[in-house]
Amino acid sequence: MPIMLLRQMSVGQTGVIAKVTAEGELGRRIRDMGLVPGTPLKIQGRAPLKDPVAIKLRNFTLSLRNNEADYISVEVDEGE
Amino acid sequence: MIVSAEYLIALAGNPNCGKTTLFNAITGARQHVGNYPGITVEKKEGFYLLNGLKLRLVDLPGTYSLTAYSMEELVARDFLVYERPQLVINIVDASNLERNLYLTVQLLELGVPVVLALNMVDAAASRGIEVDTEELSRRLQVPVIPTIARTGKGKEGLLEITADVAAENPPWKPLHISYGTDIDPVLDQMEADIQSSNFLLDLYPARWIALKYMEADEQVLESGRKVNPELSNRLEETADQVAEHLRKTLETYPEAIIADHRYGFISALLKGGVVQNSQKSDRLYLSDQLDQVLTNRFFGPLVMLLILYGVYKFTFEYSALPVSWLDSGFTALGNFMESVLPAGLIKSLIVSGIIDGVGGVLSFIPLILFMFFSIAFLEDTGYLARVAYMLDRVFRTFGLHGSSVMAYIVSGGIAGGCAVPGVMATRTLRSPKERLATILTAPFMNCGAKLPVFAMLIAAFFPARHAQMMFLLTILSWIAALLLARLIRWTILRGPSTPFLLELPPYRMPTLKGLLIHTWERTWQYIRKAGTIILALSILFWALMTFPMLPESRKNQFETERQQILSQLPKDARISVTRGQKKQSDVSQASARAIHRIKEINEAEARATLQHSYAGRIGMALENLTQWSGFEWRTNVALLAGFAAKELIISTLGTAYSLGGSSPEEEVSLSQRLVNDPQWNRLRAFSLIVFIMLYAPCLATVTCIAKESGTVKWALFSLVFNTTVAYLVAVLIYQGGLWLGVGG
Repeated sequence: MPIMLLRQMSVGQTGVIAKVTAEGELGRRIRDMGLVPGTPLKIQGRAPLKDPVAIKLRNFTLSLRNNEADYISVEVDEGE
Repeated sequence: MIVSAEYLIALAGNPNCGKTTLFNAITGARQHVGNYPGITVEKKEGFYLLNGLKLRLVDLPGTYSLTAYSMEELVARDFLVYERPQLVINIVDASNLERNLYLTVQLLELGVPVVLALNMVDAAASRGIEVDTEELSRRLQVPVIPTIARTGKGKEGLLEITADVAAENPPWKPLHISYGTDIDPVLDQMEADIQSSNFLLDLYPARWIALKYMEADEQVLESGRKVNPELSNRLEETADQVAEHLRKTLETYPEAIIADHRYGFISALLKGGVVQNSQKSDRLYLSDQLDQVLTNRFFGPLVMLLILYGVYKFTFEYSALPVSWLDSGFTALGNFMESVLPAGLIKSLIVSGIIDGVGGVLSFIPLILFMFFSIAFLEDTGYLARVAYMLDRVFRTFGLHGSSVMAYIVSGGIAGGCAVPGVMATRTLRSPKERLATILTAPFMNCGAKLPVFAMLIAAFFPARHAQMMFLLTILSWIAALLLARLIRWTILRGPSTPFLLELPPYRMPTLKGLLIHTWERTWQYIRKAGTIILALSILFWALMTFPMLPESRKNQFETERQQILSQLPKDARISVTRGQKKQSDVSQASARAIHRIKEINEAEARATLQHSYAGRIGMALENLTQWSGFEWRTNVALLAGFAAKELIISTLGTAYSLGGSSPEEEVSLSQRLVNDPQWNRLRAFSLIVFIMLYAPCLATVTCIAKESGTVKWALFSLVFNTTVAYLVAVLIYQGGLWLGVGG
């Protein structure tokens, strides 16, 4: 299954987090919100200016900026 | 009731888990809000009496974690470590257990006794989520009580268990979980080392200290270096070795591994039927469906504009009536004092200094009340998070945050707001730098008090273009605020933006009780402030405009002139003139002329008094500077008074140009007066308008800036910075205009 950056995913696509490369404060915040490898997620929507992106994971909705989404790679589910 | 024992209980939980709702349901009105010393994080305390026991409850700030990055997390952690509550009630959202338990795990790692309140079980059930509380309790080894904070259901049971556990006074027992083969053995070794050296053990458990060294937690490392630098170094080196090893072999680092294992621990905890979800996970709930419209590319911004405009209308229109009641109440009080007090300094101090000054500020109370109510509503429904989400891209360009928009709009982003509630509205912003930049730039917006001044100057110099000018000024204020925010974030508040990562909580109907408590406690803080600092500063300003008084010789001169006019009148007319009878029919033509003459003399005296006062002298001394922006001393004095309250600009200009009072007819005549004055022209008027738009915020706002930023430093900064910017822009406009030949 293809691995891509969270930023490149389109609305409605689902996948499982493969890797989080952010360190320091951003890394810690990303993990605090439950974005750790192995977590399934779905792209819920994008803000009117295409940034930030809203994702659904672990039963809640989280929004993050595109430049923050760049640190997250996702193994995307196919055939949807 | 006799209180047999008192227990200290902390409430901890994620933002949006219903923690504050539960706190309100338990304590009701028996709570008070303060600040943690030196910082702006709110500290809420309340109590609950239960069978002769007093439970003292502290609502910790909502956090997702217990790291040392944000102020909120540090506050929560320090409270647990230094205040040692008997136990923590950890509130978790039943429909969002995995992420909520991440904080729980960290509380358990620290070792503090925990009672879990499984909140919003009703909302979870409607989503098909059932939690086996007994099994969860057995696996976590802590009591788990289902609650519904909105209705208060489960509250009694929760408090009984809390009291029982607190009475046992259990020792802190840190939870040991496995962080994998790379970390566990090293952690054991570090723990033994810490234990044998009795290192920081008075504050934290040994394993937790080791864990924090592994996570490179700044706060723990710092206190460790102070207590035992040698051991601290050794621990840091050990942690560095592990980090190096992980980087080489797995391209990761200890913090990430530790977090992964915490989440692994949580998924194991919830496996085997502890959480059952009878509905498909990709189902769209009502909240998601709402989001499809409310954050839609086209409808989202449209609806947002309508809602923000609605808030603005609600805040300013519905508060207008109570504001006018308060206003006329203070005016009546002023008039009453005016009539009963003997003429002299005391009267002037009470009427002009205290009642006008404090009254002007207290009249804002309904406005603030309504504003906080609307914001609390938007915040509690979850809509404010969507506003931040939609606008973040725009505001980030200027170094701000999506949530900054609220402060701008309330401050006068739609002309006619007020910077006092605007500055206070930044409380919803959790990123410190972005928040401070918003606080510092929100006062550039055109608040309701600047508008009459603009209206007067526009009526005088741009009479045909009233609407266009007002629109232009609104746009200008946005441009100025955003550009200056960018400047501030590039210079004194330099640094990368705080991570955004904003939760979009499900839409919820707020409880009225919660809204009212929220609104009242914030308004009350404002009232207390007005009673102290603003009172003192109002008196200072009054003194500046009053002292030094005219020398006796000049006062006598005015008095002689008045007597001279009176002496020319017949005796009975004299009485009616001195009583100031105004009805033309009651007085003869000669008396009317005399009344007019005396009024002129009074005005001349007022002008002379103002010119002679410190404020007048400052105004004249400033002419050296302000000649470049086109202002003479009268304008300078008015601007000085405008610092106390922008409303005072017009009345002071009136005095300086020898026009008494500031009733509507006289405003018109002030603009007439300025038009006829050869020194005034369009260029000068425009330069003044822009200066007023940008210069120092009023006293009430400055006080709020000091309070909201936590230090007086930023309040002083805003005074100096805004005035400097205003001056430079005004000079640019005036000199540029002269050069282009516009003025003249």
